[in-house]
Amino acid sequence: MAGLEDLYREIILDHYRNPRNRGELETPPAHMAEGFNPLCGDEIQVFLHVDADKICDMSISGQGCSISQSSASMMTTAVLGKTVDEARQVIRAFKVMMSIHGDDLDGSEHDHSDESVGSDVSLGDLEALRGVVKFPVRIKCATLAWNTLDQGLSEATA
Amino acid sequence: MTLPVDSTDAPLDTAAIKADFPLLNRQVNDHQIVYLDSAATSQKPRLVIDTLDRYYEEINANVHRGAYHIAELATSATEDARARIQRFIGAPSASEVIFTKNATEAINLIAYSWGRANLNEGDAILITALEHHANIVPWQQLASERGVEIRWLPLTDDGRLDLTDLDQMLDGVSLFAFSAASNVLGTLTPVRQLADAAHEAGALCLVDASQALPHLPTDVTAWDCDFMAFTGHKMCGPTGIGVLWGRAELLDAMPPFLGGGEMILNVTREGFIPNELPWKFEAGTPPIAEIIGLGAAVSYLEAIGMETVRAHEIALTDYALRTLNERHGDDLVIHGPTDTDDRGGVLSICYRDIHPHDLSQVLDQRGICVRAGHHCAKPLMKLLGVGATARASVYIYNDESDVDLLSDALAEAGEFFSHQPA
Repeated sequence: MAGLEDLYREIILDHYRNPRNRGELETPPAHMAEGFNPLCGDEIQVFLHVDADKICDMSISGQGCSISQSSASMMTTAVLGKTVDEARQVIRAFKVMMSIHGDDLDGSEHDHSDESVGSDVSLGDLEALRGVVKFPVRIKCATLAWNTLDQGLSEATA
Repeated sequence: MTLPVDSTDAPLDTAAIKADFPLLNRQVNDHQIVYLDSAATSQKPRLVIDTLDRYYEEINANVHRGAYHIAELATSATEDARARIQRFIGAPSASEVIFTKNATEAINLIAYSWGRANLNEGDAILITALEHHANIVPWQQLASERGVEIRWLPLTDDGRLDLTDLDQMLDGVSLFAFSAASNVLGTLTPVRQLADAAHEAGALCLVDASQALPHLPTDVTAWDCDFMAFTGHKMCGPTGIGVLWGRAELLDAMPPFLGGGEMILNVTREGFIPNELPWKFEAGTPPIAEIIGLGAAVSYLEAIGMETVRAHEIALTDYALRTLNERHGDDLVIHGPTDTDDRGGVLSICYRDIHPHDLSQVLDQRGICVRAGHHCAKPLMKLLGVGATARASVYIYNDESDVDLLSDALAEAGEFFSHQPA
């Protein structure tokens, strides 16, 4: 049985209590993308300022559980200052970590080519979220910010 | 198994009731399961599970078609269930009991059939601030298609309907659609008073009884409502079966909703003649096993007696409100009315600043099942100023020990989160 400590690692609770890059950015020049988790009602806004193909500023607002909030906070520290392509690689690596191998709950085809793309990207503190896959219901909490970032990058660079 | 004996004086024998529900025997995360999510769906007694099995093993045949023995048995079992449900809800006629997939489909049936035949730009409907999405979205769809105005009856601070301006808000309204009990706050609404006010204003009323019917004696004649919707799976019945009840003259005047087999008397290349009630609104092969299973659920509840069910839930809710508030004080907020006369056993909880999703995760480690989220009532959550709550809801198989285990687990969750670095 997976215990609570597998899910609630100390670094996760630290990011939950002391979220990094929290707040709103002026739009424009920043772009705002909004994500919803229809399961639990969590909402998130990702503010992105992309300049010369680089994420030069970024912030998070909205509300949610410790997993969704800490994941969002760690995400900002992982991609802020990176180029759009580099950020997309981190997104892919994170999603690979969050996928349930051989037992994908939403039945979607798991694209194994992602793994080679993601494998050389270091996730650093984000590794603490690895335990979430043992709690399948919470995977959507962890990926909410990332899907919203993905959407925001597409919109901001369109 | 035997049916429990109806005795409104004696308290409910929850140990005997629990033994009727096979799922409640199981363990979750090495703990005996504590099921506190009956507002989402109830567990099923052996009687209902066996009824489903027996249908498939002994009388499985399509209804209202074959002239052979088992087809007659299946047809009469279906119509017996309809008659039992009719008596259970106090309806004048079984032909007014229409089987749907769930309460959501029942409300959509009204919105599509009655709504689109009767409402146009300039018309208005009234709903309340505590509705489930099932009694909001069908009206929003109608409103955007037809330019119909939607009005919202507000709430008091303690989560009851604010009736101060009811008559004014009903002025010019064609339909008043409201819940008999809130799935978030537990609030019981004064159905008869609301129905009278609607009729006084020349409006019809639709009661969403999904959260009331499993817990209270229900009588559509005493309520004097025009339509009533409920779902089977919250009242010990199977999933996939719900009921729309409506006054016969209203249903007769409405156009059919879904078209197909069963709902016709005759079909030619030129057109069709709709069937009589209730089959006019039951296109296609119905969920036969589920209908018969719902009939068995009604038998089970009738044998306990709905007065007994209500008395049990008042006592248990009272115990929960008292002991949880005493033990947890300011750490705990339970939304909704504080008086058990005005509420059922739905407790929407906020504990310290622990997000409900995190709270339910800790409870799950103790085998305790509660619902975390917005409970399909986002406009209400916005009004309460919370994104989500953890909701514990009780039923006939819950007792004080379940509440005590919930209380212990809340303390444990507080402990767990406070031990982490701040």
